[in-house]
Parts: sequence; C-alpha cells; structure tokens
Amino acid sequence: MRTLVAALTAALLGCASGQAAKPVQPAPVTADTAGPPPGPGALSAPNANPFPSTYTPFESRLTAIRNATIFTAAGPRLERATIVLQDGKIATIGTEVSVPADAVVIDGTGKYVTPGLIDTHSHLGVYPAPGTEANSDGNEATNPATPQVWAEHSVWPQDPQFPRNLAGGVTTLQALPGSANLFGGRSVVLKVVPSRTVQGMKFPGAKYGLKMACGENPKRVYGTRSMAPSTRMGNVAGYRAEWIKAEQYRRNWDKWLAKQKGAPPARDLGLETLAEVLRGNILVQMHCYRADEMAVMLDVAREFGYRIRSFHHAVEAYKIADLLAQDSVSASIWADWGGFKMEALDAVRANLALVDQAGARAVVHSDDPSGSQRLTQEAAKGLAAGKAIGLPLGEEDAIRWVTINPAWTLGLDDRIGSLEVGKNADVVLWSGDPFSVYTHTEKVWVDGALLYDRSDPATAWRTDFEQGYVPQPGGSR
Amino acid sequence: MIRVRLAVPMLVMAVAPAAVAAQTIAITGGKVFPVTSPPIERGTVLIKDGRIVAVGADLAVPAGATQIDATGKWVTPGLVDVNTELGLVEVGYGSGANEATAKGQDAIAASFQAWVALNARSVFMPPAREGGVTTVAVWPAGGLIAGQGALIDLLDGSLADMLLAGPAAMVGQVSSDQDAGVGARGELFGRLRDLLENARDYGRRKSDYDRGQMRPVPYRREDVEALLPVVSGKLPLVLAADRAADIEAALGLATSLGIRIVIAGGAEAWQVADQLAAARVPVLTGAMNNIPQSFNALGSRQENAALLHKAGVTVALIGNGGGDEELFNVRNLRFEAGNAVAYGMSWDEALRAVTRAPAEVFAVADRVGALAPGLEGNVVVWSGDPFEFATSAEHVLVRGREYPAPSRQDLLIQRYRTLPPSHRAP
Repeated sequence: MRTLVAALTAALLGCASGQAAKPVQPAPVTADTAGPPPGPGALSAPNANPFPSTYTPFESRLTAIRNATIFTAAGPRLERATIVLQDGKIATIGTEVSVPADAVVIDGTGKYVTPGLIDTHSHLGVYPAPGTEANSDGNEATNPATPQVWAEHSVWPQDPQFPRNLAGGVTTLQALPGSANLFGGRSVVLKVVPSRTVQGMKFPGAKYGLKMACGENPKRVYGTRSMAPSTRMGNVAGYRAEWIKAEQYRRNWDKWLAKQKGAPPARDLGLETLAEVLRGNILVQMHCYRADEMAVMLDVAREFGYRIRSFHHAVEAYKIADLLAQDSVSASIWADWGGFKMEALDAVRANLALVDQAGARAVVHSDDPSGSQRLTQEAAKGLAAGKAIGLPLGEEDAIRWVTINPAWTLGLDDRIGSLEVGKNADVVLWSGDPFSVYTHTEKVWVDGALLYDRSDPATAWRTDFEQGYVPQPGGSR
Repeated sequence: MIRVRLAVPMLVMAVAPAAVAAQTIAITGGKVFPVTSPPIERGTVLIKDGRIVAVGADLAVPAGATQIDATGKWVTPGLVDVNTELGLVEVGYGSGANEATAKGQDAIAASFQAWVALNARSVFMPPAREGGVTTVAVWPAGGLIAGQGALIDLLDGSLADMLLAGPAAMVGQVSSDQDAGVGARGELFGRLRDLLENARDYGRRKSDYDRGQMRPVPYRREDVEALLPVVSGKLPLVLAADRAADIEAALGLATSLGIRIVIAGGAEAWQVADQLAAARVPVLTGAMNNIPQSFNALGSRQENAALLHKAGVTVALIGNGGGDEELFNVRNLRFEAGNAVAYGMSWDEALRAVTRAPAEVFAVADRVGALAPGLEGNVVVWSGDPFEFATSAEHVLVRGREYPAPSRQDLLIQRYRTLPPSHRAP
C-alpha cells in the first residue's frame, strides 16, 4: 500500500506543471462496416477533454503599478514596490524596477496589490442568482453516486454573481456540484470572465476535481427516502463499493489502452471519472466537517490508493491539523461559519490559524456568493483569531489563505496564486490594506487584461440577465 | 468543563445583587463615543450599581472604584442587534433544538411569545457578547405572522433578569407567499389586512364579542387579542420585505390602518426611500448583500443603508451577508457596520445604526444604546476601531458586569491549541 501511495504521489508531482497530460489519442478502431470513424467518445481515455476550453485572454496593455505595497504570497510584503504586467504575465516585480516607457502607469501610492483571489468552493453558475427552481442545477440528487455528472454542464455563464465575484477580486474559482451525494460529480475550474459559453470560462489545462461528501447531507438526502445511505457507516460503505468498481474499471481500461487490441471494454462515464482519480488525473475535493470523519476518509483514500486534495468546510480541521499536514491535504474552510447543524457545532474562528500553524495548507473558501466577494475580510477574521491566541501570524500568512494555498488546492500553483515573474498576471489593486473592512478593490486584471475598474462603472461587466432587470450602477431604478 | 461553566450563572444570581450594589466602575482615558453626545478624546465612563452615572472628560474617579484603564482604547455603548434567534435556536438543523417557529393556525401565530421559554444558557450568547453585542432582539420565524419577539440584555442570568422589553414587536413577513400559506402576494396582503381589521373590530367591540353580539372572528381569539397593541399603534409590526412593490404595499396598509411598521431586510428599500422617510418607517438592513438572489431582491445593493439614511430613513443595521448572523455570528454585527461605512455611511451614523437607532426603534433608548447617565452600564472597551477585523473587544460590560468565563469555542481552542491534544493522544 505504501508503495502504491508513493507511486501516486510521484505521479502527482510529475503533473505539477498544472498542464494536464496530453490526451491519449484513440487508435483507429477497425470498423466492421463502412462509415465515419467513431469519435474519441468511443474510448475511455485518460485526460480526455471532450469540452475543451476556448478561453483566450482579453486584450491587455503593458501596465505598471508603481509605489504600492505588494503582497506577493511568495514572501514578505514589498513596500513602495512596482509590478509590471506584460503579455498576460508578470514581467517584473520588486522595489528597484524600471518602468517601460510605453507602459500604462498606475500610481499605487497608499494602495495594495495582491494576486487575484481564488475560491476553491463556489457554486456560481450551478446555483445562479436569482435562485429559482428552474436554474437550480447544482445537485443531481437522484442517486448517492453520480460521478458521471460534470458541473460545467450546469454552469450558466450569465449568472450575475460572476461579475460581483470579479469585483471582489476573485479571478479563479472552482464551481462544484453540491453535497447531496457521496460522489457529486466533476467540478470545473473557471476564470471569472465574461463569456457566452462555459468553455470560454474554463481555465485552460486545469485538472478536474471530484466532489465527494461526508456526513449529514448524503445520509439525510437518501435516508429520508428510506434508501442507502441513511447512516455514516452507510456513507463509507457507499464510497468503498464505488472505488472497488472503479479500480477494476481502471485496470481493464489501462490494460486495453496499453495494447489496444481486441474489443475495448465498455465505457462508463461515472467509473471513468473515478478511474481518473485513481490515475492521479483528477483531484478529490471532499466536503467533510468532522475531524473523525476526515480521518476515516484518509484511510479510505489509502485503501484505494488515491489522494484527497482538500477537505472542504472542515470545521474541525483544527483538531486533526497534524494529520492533514502529514498527508498534504489542504483545508478549505470558512472563517467563522458554524453551529447551523450538529457537524458544524465545533466551529472555531481560530481554525484557519491553527491549521496554518500545524503546517497544513489553510484555505479560505466561500461556498457562498456573498462571502466569495469578501475573501480577504474572511481571512482577516481568521488572522485576528489566531493572533488573539498568540499564534505568530501576519498578513503575509493570511494572504496565502486566499491565493497560493487555494491555487495549490486546484493544482494551479505553478501558474497563479502568487506574484512572481512568469506567472499569469492575475492581479488586484486595492484602495488600502485588503484586510481592512473599509478597503475596496479598485482594479482587477485577469491574464494582464483589466476586467474590473471601480472608477469606471460604465465598463462594468453586466450579464444578460441583468439587462433591464438589475438597476445600472448609478441608476435610480 | 461545560457543566462547570453552566453552573456559573447560578452562582452569579445568588451573589450578584450585593456585589453589584456595592460596585462602582470607572473606565478611564479612552476615546469615548457616547453616540448621543460628541466623542470625548480622553473620557471617563462611570458606572454605579450597574448603571451609567456619568460620562465626561474631567471626571474624578470615586475612591474605591474599580478602574479599567482604557488609555489608547475606544469606548462605545454595547452594540444592539435587532435580528437574532439567540436562545431560540441552538442548532438549526437536525438537532430538534429549534424553538423559533410556532405551529399557529393558518400561518398566523400572533399569540406566540417566542422568548417565554428562551434558553438563557445558549452557548452562542457568550460569543455574541465577545463581539461587543450586549443587547439583542430575539424574533420568532415562519408563517405570515410569526409571533412576538423581545429585546434582552446578554447577561448571564435568568430570563427575567435579561428581559428589556417583551413584547418588543410583532413579527411577520410580506415576501413569501409560500410561508404565508397563500398563492399570490395580493392574497397575502388581503389576508394580512383582514386579520388586522378583525383585530381592530374585536378590540372595539370586545364586550359585544363576549356576549355573542358580534359576528364571529375567523381567527384564533388569542391571536387577535395579541394583535390589539399592534392595531392601536402601540406595538410595532416588523415586516420582512425586500421588493420595492411589497414595501410600498406594506406602507399603504400601515397608513390606512394607522399601525406602526418596521421593514426588515428591505433589499430594494433604497428605491422607495422617500416614501419610507415620509411615513417615518424605519428599516432594518445590512450592507453586505448585492446579489439579485430572488425576484424579490433584484435591486439588492450594498449602498442600501447609506442611501436610506441619506433620504432621512431611520436605519438599524443587521447582518445580511448570509453567514448565520442571526445566531452563530451575531458577533459580526460590527463588521456589517464597517461595510456600511465602506458603502457610503458615515462612521458616526454606522455606530448609531448598531446602538441608539435600534434602541429607539424598539423603544428601549431609555435603557440602552448610548453612554449617558441613567442608562444601563452596557459598555465596550475596544482595542481600536470596533468595525475593524484586527480590533477586539477587551472589556464587555453588561449592566456593569464583565463575564470573562471562556465560551465553548474558547474551550475547544484551548483543548486543541497543541496537537495531539493532551487529554488524548493521538
């Protein structure tokens, strides 16, 4: 078992470029009858990409922000520093930077710059606003195991929550299926940009996530229908039964793909997603509140040789932060939500700080379209709670909770999440300290393109839905 | 550990009266914000027998007074949160510990007095107090008329000790047909009008009713009885409403019946701010929601509170960010105020909107909501600007007493501060 886990770890590290491995090209299948060759959907191929991203960066200009306080998320804050965005990337950053003559220069005096924020737990698009039965597309609550569904097929790009998230400084988010099911389906990583199609928002090369859920939700949803699972032990039996099938599926397909001889095995969309987890190509994003349940899930993962990338909500992460650190699992948590159900009862505001202090990756997630607009406010509460109990934490730590740690959680930490030369120019300019309640985002760049500018409401991204329904900024009705 | 903590209030009750009676507290040297008078740069707040006796710049500290040095600190009245379920709901889901919703009859539960069996030992009260909130409204929920709510002070004691005003308001809603058990909004308003008119007629002809000389009232007698102070204009009716059209309809109803209403939520209230101001109808709203989350709230915006205030509407800030601000996160009221400032309210007005304004709306301004002689000794000493995340409430006094015992959350943090926990490894 140890060996297997180590091998998978190596595979994960090998993929740490963030670029999904090149899809296996289906070999020509000899057809018995004449006709067009089958599409790639005939095969269950690793890293298949049937709904490819069509995102292209928006038009950008060479831009320099001068004399700002910069939280790089990769070291101490830089005072009176300059950052240059060029061709969608961070070209230079530091205190001794010469600004190119043709750059658009923004005076950052008294202002702060951070990486674009990243929300690992969003339901934007799948639970859009306004919340209507017609557009409630986040939970395929018809079977406890629905790994065959993909969140991107529910995302409504005209969800008016998207522009609000961008205005809150969020440039990348993971849209997840809900938590009704043990296996909720695939997540999708989106850039928070206007697009007619979900493909136009998809983060190129981002790995998929698999949403799984522990605890009260699945057992309530199905238990009240007098079907399994109705207990926590029923939950765990449910995970294990699917992984057993998935491992067999993976073995059959990997064997066939290696030789590509004879009739291929039958394709199964759900098992394919699970097999991709077992191959290390999909990251497990696991909704789990209680410490003891997280520990059980770590054992289930070891039993079948996969990794859990992040526990989401994880209100009791602070009780097992050492175990999370040991297994390199991040904790995607609220700053201070709790008490609303039994498994949320032991929430403490120091959770983020205690997880960080134990050496695990702490992530501020939202699970909420309102909280998502104020991720630094949430982080500020967690930071204050940590300081109140004497933990040696500062804003340089808290900024990581909303940038590089979530980037790692999505497998994108080599491309986004910190301000370092060569990384994507996802950048936020703040009117002041981002951890102050009084601070606004002023400008937000995605891949170097200025997509939000508070000083220019006329250019604000407004979704189709908002036309005629939601008052224009500055309008009276 | 928990058992011990719960025992503490009992002891306090037994010994408190004598202890309080003898005690004078002087909070000295702080930047004092009395709310009803201008800030004092280095002021003193004197509390005696649980009440404020003096606030000023050059006050002598009486001999024997307990002194709290607030040099470099900010001193404000205890905050007043007029939208909570503290003591009514312990765990919202799957615990059975939810006492906020009465069964009533046909979605009407006017006679339900939510606070009567309030759990004064709720573990969510101490965290709220640690967040500087010393007075809260506890409201019932559900139906068309949910029942009556109360205002309480967050002290460790019996309900009788805590109660400031009960009933403080009748609570209802005009934004959900489903909750009201009707099919359309017009039907909802028709039903609400009929209920109130029946209560009015019942009140006028009570003796006829008793002698059977009045037509039957198609509502439970205890409900129409409970609505008498509403129809006589003595008790405000808090109506949850978001859509501008619903607010306008509520204003029309209130005007024609001569009742006092308060709008709660009020997502689109800014669109009818002038009408609200003219009718002198206060609004309870927040500053952390800008999502058109339903067809009732398409105009939702964070500037709502500031725009209402500017138009002359009395605004009390309540949580509306969606993070369980009625219960677990009552403590976050101060951040709502900070966000209100970020979206256009002046700092002074935001402080007023979480202290004096709600106290006035619910007629307890002679007890709480400001630092002035005669008011309860509900005072908070903050490490800095109360609306900032980095600031903490260093001293929270409720009627002149501090409650330093750790909250349940504090105890959990202590237990897991180092891992593995000392009580059980691994």
